[in-house]
Amino acid sequence: MFEFRLPSLGAEMDEGTLLEWKVKPGDVVHKGDVVAVVDTSKSAIDVEIWTEGTIHELVLEPNRKVPVGTVMARLLEPGESVEHAEAEMRALPAGAVSAGAHAAVASVGDAPAAAAPAAAPRAGTAAAAAPSRQRVSPAARLRAQALGLELTGVTGTGPEGAVTLDDVEKAAAAMRPADRAAAAAAVATTPAAAVAPAVAGRALAMRSAIAAAMARSKRDIPHYYLAADIPLVHLQRWLAARNADRPLTGRVLMAVPLLKAVALALRRFPELNGHHVGDAFVPAESIHVGVAISLRQGGLIAPAIHDVDALPIDELMRRLADLVARARALTLRSSEMTDATITVTNLGEQGVELVQGIIYPPQVALVGFGRVTERPWIEDGKVSVAPVVTASLAADHRASDGHRGALFLNELARLLQQPGQLDAGAT
Amino acid sequence: MTMGTTTEADDPTLRQAILETLQRIAPEVSPREISPSRPLRDQVDLDSMDWLNFLLGLHARLGVDIPESDYRKLVTLDDLLRYVSAKRRG
Amino acid sequence: MRISYREAMRTALHDALASDPRVFLMGEDVGKYGGSYAVSKGFLAEFGPERIRDTPLSELAFVGAGVGAALGGLRPIVEVMTVNFSLLALDQIVNAAALYRHMSAGQFHVPLVIRMATGAGRQLAAQHSHSLENWYAHVPGLTVVAPATIDDARGMLAAALADPDPVIVFEHALLYNSEGELSDAWRACDLTSAQILRQGRDVTLIAWGGTVAKSLEAAAALAAEGIDAEVVDLRVLRPLDDATYIASVRRTRRAVVVDEGWRSGSLAAEVMARIMEQALYDLDAPVARVCSEEVPIPYAKHLEDAALPQPAKVVAAVRRLLGKG
Repeated sequence: MFEFRLPSLGAEMDEGTLLEWKVKPGDVVHKGDVVAVVDTSKSAIDVEIWTEGTIHELVLEPNRKVPVGTVMARLLEPGESVEHAEAEMRALPAGAVSAGAHAAVASVGDAPAAAAPAAAPRAGTAAAAAPSRQRVSPAARLRAQALGLELTGVTGTGPEGAVTLDDVEKAAAAMRPADRAAAAAAVATTPAAAVAPAVAGRALAMRSAIAAAMARSKRDIPHYYLAADIPLVHLQRWLAARNADRPLTGRVLMAVPLLKAVALALRRFPELNGHHVGDAFVPAESIHVGVAISLRQGGLIAPAIHDVDALPIDELMRRLADLVARARALTLRSSEMTDATITVTNLGEQGVELVQGIIYPPQVALVGFGRVTERPWIEDGKVSVAPVVTASLAADHRASDGHRGALFLNELARLLQQPGQLDAGAT
Repeated sequence: MTMGTTTEADDPTLRQAILETLQRIAPEVSPREISPSRPLRDQVDLDSMDWLNFLLGLHARLGVDIPESDYRKLVTLDDLLRYVSAKRRG
Repeated sequence: MRISYREAMRTALHDALASDPRVFLMGEDVGKYGGSYAVSKGFLAEFGPERIRDTPLSELAFVGAGVGAALGGLRPIVEVMTVNFSLLALDQIVNAAALYRHMSAGQFHVPLVIRMATGAGRQLAAQHSHSLENWYAHVPGLTVVAPATIDDARGMLAAALADPDPVIVFEHALLYNSEGELSDAWRACDLTSAQILRQGRDVTLIAWGGTVAKSLEAAAALAAEGIDAEVVDLRVLRPLDDATYIASVRRTRRAVVVDEGWRSGSLAAEVMARIMEQALYDLDAPVARVCSEEVPIPYAKHLEDAALPQPAKVVAAVRRLLGKG
């Protein structure tokens, strides 16, 4: 028997609403299967499971908003009988089910605070099952709302570990004055959101999600910024030749070789590819590039394309087109929301030359590309006109140093001079 | 919507088709507010993926294939109209 | 003046009989025997057999006679020995007394007072020990009261007799021997309000009749632990005085209802439901209740004690609400 819990689908996510189950008790699930659709502040996400098993019980009912870490379902391990599972459940003391059984939380690499169950149940209380969500008394919830206090992380002292009014008052008193002011300001804007239609509500939620993630990034991550101009004469020529005799459906956008080159360069700079978890940097084994996609209705989302370094250019183009389309239709998969090991942003479309990005925590680097413009370019003592892009790196100084960051940009520049090599998947 | 503007390729049906295709990509666009003689991408927020999808839409709807080398000719709505009607005649 | 509940009740009955010639007392053993709980001792000699009437063991008949006498202009006080036996008279109470005012469009009132003992604790076994107040509190057309204090034992009867419609008075059998100070407040007894007997900040204990004293005892024990309990005596079980206990729960944010009836379908359930309806967002913990175990009340002393709400059970429930269970 193991539990499937609501994964954090992004650094700023601390709760989600189950919209729909895609499985039912008795269904056998495999790694990567979509088991549920969950609404986050950003979009409806297809949530995947990464442990094989058979659905035993769907614990969570649709349309319930619950904190990250909430038990959504219980599953039988392969070969495990229902009788065994139920005996195991009975044998465990109340409250131990969540702690004892290994939880199939999708690997997130996020700071533990966001993924951990919000409040540990009091040891030895009542024979109730493990609480499926943070217990908060109605009075405490109302007060927290009025104060704009985030209840995740507030430890409850009430019956069955419930957060009480007193707990809220104490947590509010412990808030730093600046946070308190920000919370109060957020509350002040809430009434308008409450009456606004759902779209506006989503936009506001996304705004505050971005605000939370970016504020966290700027607060916690010591950024350093580097930039380099990279001539794209060869790349542009290669791309034009490649697209010239292709139908529309086979054409590749400039963004694709740029993404590919970033991924290939990262192979040599593992300190830029991974997550900062707790107090340490954990390099990622794969290179999953998050692509910053701005949404027409406002807001931003940065879902990942998996294993970009190993994808042929045409396949990468297909993935990118698919990802953009689904991001705009708000139908992304959970692994795309959580797996990015670095983010690439391409503000050049807006006509700017230099991007100084904010790292998306818990990642440790962000690569930006400005607009490709024709500029004077000096090479071998000769001035010529060349298409040039300014590539920038914002990186976490806890995980890497500027010298290595500079070498990364050099490597990126080198790779972009040999576009033919980009398709080979190796350097 | 474009009364008073005359171009050699002012085909209302074709104009309607192009604008509808554009709206599928950028639903916030109001066709009345598009000036046919100003650069389209100054008026509508289209990134390169949007532009590609727009062209794919035109291809599906009107059967025209636009090679990448011709992109730079297509700056305004009027440019597009002229280009597409010429392609279809040819 | 310190008197017993029995004396308070007896004085109230005596006053009523002495001051209004329309008032008479009727029931099993109220005359020669002086009442099962000795409340009407000596009345037969003083007021005579016309006004102190012993009846056969036939609740339906003598409650029905009381309804008729009330319709005819008298002010009968009918005593039913226990609420268990009153079930034999349900038809006259529920289908006659409670309905006439409504069915006659207000032309007929039934100014009838029915007193009955209720509750357990005296080893009288199941057929004499149940608490069925909620059965009557369910019925429109009845006023249902439960005097728990000396003042109410002294004052509620007069208010009941002054009411032009039927009033059921529940006297908990354990209370007759209890003693307390009689204050002047008895003169102002109404049949509409609940009363806060003890003020507190942390939790509201809601009780009536026999559970009031147990709740006060629990509150004293909780005070020793630093928990400040408020005790509300409902007094009137129909119509419930929502305003008083809801306001109390809004202040303390926690409530325990103490009800000697069985949990399922209990009056406690009704009170809890009203708290949810009116004060959910003020609650800091689930509303709790302490009721009797769902068994016929046992005869054996230790089993009877175990089946009933006790101060220790109330204390435990409060601790749980405060996360100290």
